[in-house]
Amino acid sequence: MAEKIKVANSMALEFLSLPENVGLARVAVAAFAAQVDMTLNELEEIKVAVSEAVSNAIIHGYGGAPRGTVRVAVERTQAGLVIIVEDKGCGIPDVALAMQPAYSTDPERMGLGFAFMQSFMDDLEVTSEVDRGTRVKMFKSFKGENGE
Amino acid sequence: MQVFFSMEGKELWARVKGEVDLESADRLRQELEASLDHARPEVLLLDLEGVTFMDSSGLGVILGRYRRLKKQGGKVVLSRPQPQVRRLLELSGLNKIMTIQVEGPESRRGGVD
Repeated sequence: MAEKIKVANSMALEFLSLPENVGLARVAVAAFAAQVDMTLNELEEIKVAVSEAVSNAIIHGYGGAPRGTVRVAVERTQAGLVIIVEDKGCGIPDVALAMQPAYSTDPERMGLGFAFMQSFMDDLEVTSEVDRGTRVKMFKSFKGENGE
Repeated sequence: MQVFFSMEGKELWARVKGEVDLESADRLRQELEASLDHARPEVLLLDLEGVTFMDSSGLGVILGRYRRLKKQGGKVVLSRPQPQVRRLLELSGLNKIMTIQVEGPESRRGGVD
């Protein structure tokens, strides 16, 4: 029988798609992550990744308007943290294209959101359906017993 | 997020403090644009020592001002970014197109704050 992944702790947060909630989301996730030994650098990486995922949901999923909710869920297992950021917005027609670095439809944006999520997390999965929403699943592994 | 401006010769110094993300990026952009319109500097020096968090929304604001200054024959200098911000500048490649100063603007001039 396949061994079930044991969840040691979990939390979820749901909020309106407003820019001021980006800070709320990253601070809440970082506080949750800090319940176990993580380096300050790892916490900073998690904060950037969450900030990027939630910003994408607000700007792209809901077109920058407070039209819907963003849900952030975090699970801690022995292996690491699973962070899921979901919206029920417009979805991404071509996920592979959107994930390319410097892909942005706005000259004031760098199009590096997914690149930062990829750099700072150990795994990134993006699933999206047009007019249904987008789900970003990120994994940050714990670096062994010694934290090295 | 707060930003404090001063004019030093032909340089506009902007000291940014706090967190620069989606919430504060628009305000930072507007404040920088208003000061650039008014002061017409040759150099925009962004002192990032007081920036405690930045993500790609903040980098977008920096890139936008770089493009504006470049078009006008000027430049953007980034001063004293914290390690977290510095890492984003390196990952994004902005460190290749803009000067990053490790020391503060005052020490460069030997002046006092």
